[in-house]
Amino acid sequence: MDLGPYFLLATLEGLLMAAVLALTALGLSLVFGVMRVVNVAHGEFYMLGAVSAWWVASLVAQAGISSPAIAFAAALLVAPPIAGVVALAAERLILRRLDYRPEPTIVATIGLLYMIQQGVLTLFGPDARPVRAPFDLRLDLYWFGWSGYKLAVIVFAIVLIVVARWVLVNTRAGLIMRATEIDTEMARALGGIDTRRVYAGVFTLGAMLAALAAVLIVPIQQAHYLMGLDPLLLSFVVVIVGGLGSLRGTLVAALLIGLSDGIVSVFFAPTLAKILATLLVALVLVFRPQGLYGEAPR
Amino acid sequence: MSVVAPTGDAASTRGSRGVRLAVHAAVPVAIALLYPLLPDYHQGNVVRILLLAVYASGYNLLFGYTGLLSLGHALYLGAGLYGAGLGTTALGLDPLLAWLLGVALAATLALAVGALALRTTGVAFMIVTMMFAQAGYLSILHWNRFTGGDEGFVVPTVRRVAGFALDLGEPDVRLVIALVLYSLALGICYALVRGDVGRVWLALRDDEERVELLGHDPFRHKLLAFVVSGVLAGAAGGAYALLFGYVGATFATIQYSILALLWVLVGGAATVLGPLLGTALMFYLVDILSGYTAAWLFAVGAVLVALVLVAPRGVLGTLRHRFRWSWLP
Repeated sequence: MDLGPYFLLATLEGLLMAAVLALTALGLSLVFGVMRVVNVAHGEFYMLGAVSAWWVASLVAQAGISSPAIAFAAALLVAPPIAGVVALAAERLILRRLDYRPEPTIVATIGLLYMIQQGVLTLFGPDARPVRAPFDLRLDLYWFGWSGYKLAVIVFAIVLIVVARWVLVNTRAGLIMRATEIDTEMARALGGIDTRRVYAGVFTLGAMLAALAAVLIVPIQQAHYLMGLDPLLLSFVVVIVGGLGSLRGTLVAALLIGLSDGIVSVFFAPTLAKILATLLVALVLVFRPQGLYGEAPR
Repeated sequence: MSVVAPTGDAASTRGSRGVRLAVHAAVPVAIALLYPLLPDYHQGNVVRILLLAVYASGYNLLFGYTGLLSLGHALYLGAGLYGAGLGTTALGLDPLLAWLLGVALAATLALAVGALALRTTGVAFMIVTMMFAQAGYLSILHWNRFTGGDEGFVVPTVRRVAGFALDLGEPDVRLVIALVLYSLALGICYALVRGDVGRVWLALRDDEERVELLGHDPFRHKLLAFVVSGVLAGAAGGAYALLFGYVGATFATIQYSILALLWVLVGGAATVLGPLLGTALMFYLVDILSGYTAAWLFAVGAVLVALVLVAPRGVLGTLRHRFRWSWLP
């Protein structure tokens, strides 16, 4: 195979990575933007989505339904709400009591990270669990075949992101979220917005976005209780490079990191790709501490 | 911004100064006296706890006193560990030189990362320190030809240090070295915290703008806290490699950065003796739990959540607050 087809393959794999990463990081960025807190357990909601997807799919299979499409659809509908319920409980029981102060929230979500991860280990064991793709379709790209499912994931992620942007810009819920993001005090005092409910909703939504991304990836990469760390770190990179709290920055950075990671991974070792991604963060920090699209620190 | 509430009135009388010194000096002495009475298994644990407490004490300077939450201190622990380990095995250095190499490596990394990371504040600082540490961990895995990758490597037992016969495989020798190292760390932390630097650190934690108005350079003081805490982490890591004869990538994982935070929070952030207490308590909690379940890390998570919700001051911090022990640094 020549260099050209290799490059095409790398770009496609990079786009897949970027699509999933954009969804995951969007959740983290939304939570940070509106609530001004970092959710270190974000990767565990991703993991929870993946493991729940396997659990739901295997329940469907046990019920005698052999169609992988139905099992996957069930996982897609059920797994994100499972992560959402856990997130809502954590918000009510922990984050709200901490008054969303940034540093105690970091410590508490680290605690949450271990509790979710080890809880899943206790319930489902340490094995990696596969989920079948909803359909088998191989795209013949002349030099190599590529999974039609991967292409579907890219398209689906783009649709979801467009919808998310539309909701934020055009609906009342989006308006309330943006008002809370810009000035929580004002939103509460003048807008009559129940900001606590907004916080609870945004935290749940953020976790569900991560879980959704994980359901999409789980036919490609198996579900495992330790799988949450990588998406967490990559989301951090994306959110820093894009600028904390900027949605446009998050999307651009996800594309940048996903593509470069995909391309470097095909030509070099994946570990080296990750080391390079972290060094990219360092460079962004030295030259633009507020990220690509973030506001300058006040 | 900090997890820790401001300390009480730091005004001290002559009398409380004596008490303060006596209490802190009594701790290493008490450990030395109790050690011979312990069974073998616990003797080994005491050495480990002392070394990890050196690491936690360094972390406390940055997190507890200066109010900077780093999640990347495993990098400096790992630098000490690999510097000392590779120094003896690959370079064939004398153990004392190898240990110094580990400390110097940790200091250099802390200086470089600190200078970059301190351009940011708060949440971004936490993420950036974590990313650098992760780059270090991944580098250990990637260059496994030298580091042994995930499995690490064994450091042969050292029997001569700086030309003198000194068997580091002997349990009693290990205790003396660990105790000396911890006492040094304790003394350094105590002196820094009670001195002018410590006052500036505490002030930075509580109100950075005021510190700047008073004419102190916040960046330089923060960088000093960062480098000193990195050096203590490196010293602990280097000693661990030489005393226990094993170097592994686990020590460079994010988990070890989080453990430092946990130990400091349990014992009491911004208390000089807190890190030792927190390390010992969590060491034994994990030791007992791992006998029952593979999911012992659940306890780490639960303790972290419980601490921020119920007792953000930790054990010593709560005691200091409850009984108004304002003399306790």
